[in-house]
Amino acid sequence: MQPRAEMVHWVFASGVLVLGLIMIAQAIAGPTVWAKRRWRVYLWPGIAFGLGVLMWPVMTFYTNSAIHMVAHSVWAQALMVMGAAELGLAKGKLSSRWWRLAAPIGIAFSGIAFLVHEQNPWLFSRSAFLHHLLGWTLIGLALFPLGLAYRPRSAFFRYGFGVFVIAIAVMLLCDRDVSSIFGHLSPLAGPPHR
Amino acid sequence: METQLETHVHARTAYRSGRARAIALLGPLTVLAGLVWAIVQPYRLTLLHPHHQGVWWLVVEPPLLVAAAGLFFSLAVARPLIADLEEEDAAAR
Repeated sequence: MQPRAEMVHWVFASGVLVLGLIMIAQAIAGPTVWAKRRWRVYLWPGIAFGLGVLMWPVMTFYTNSAIHMVAHSVWAQALMVMGAAELGLAKGKLSSRWWRLAAPIGIAFSGIAFLVHEQNPWLFSRSAFLHHLLGWTLIGLALFPLGLAYRPRSAFFRYGFGVFVIAIAVMLLCDRDVSSIFGHLSPLAGPPHR
Repeated sequence: METQLETHVHARTAYRSGRARAIALLGPLTVLAGLVWAIVQPYRLTLLHPHHQGVWWLVVEPPLLVAAAGLFFSLAVARPLIADLEEEDAAAR
């Protein structure tokens, strides 16, 4: 009854896609209009925190090695800390601007978690390729919230953050458990399905 | 012919600001992307051939997830945000 790993990636991708659309909408609307309704301010930090909470069942049920367990746990904690820090900032409970560094650190940790738990080379299979690509993209993505920590009103960093988050969603949606990438599929990966 | 039933025809919403138009387009474009994906890769839609499929293959269908994300964004986020944008633009005029 347990869904395949690729299905979990697709479900997470939907959440990440909504998150990306929200970030783009926030960048277009501007901070003043965005803050007109209080619930909107908590939207993206809340989704980020929720994704972190949902990473725990992934850690529990999709652990096929110690490195998977550690990577998924670190990732869940990083997402939750990032979401919680942003929620605290939105509520006004946290005031130091150093808390804004939780987002880039959390995203960079997510990227490292992707890279660390993928033991196969890039062209081993599509899943391996996407894990490498997602890892490096997340590390690159961390530069945008880092920029926003120092220039909170920068349109470039806001739009860039949203576009990269949507790119992450697209990559997650492309994931398959066993499938070829650019015509390459290691015989060690097993027979492709569908 | 006379009738006591009255049909309200809503005027088509024409967003005045470019920002509102851009936000209004995000959701429909996402839904369109999901539909295009479904047409290009129909085998990803197990609803089209549901026999002998497990429950997860019927519940988790990526093109439909994309369309659902766009729909959710349009209804839950974009609509109230556009109303606020229009309100602000009207106040500025």
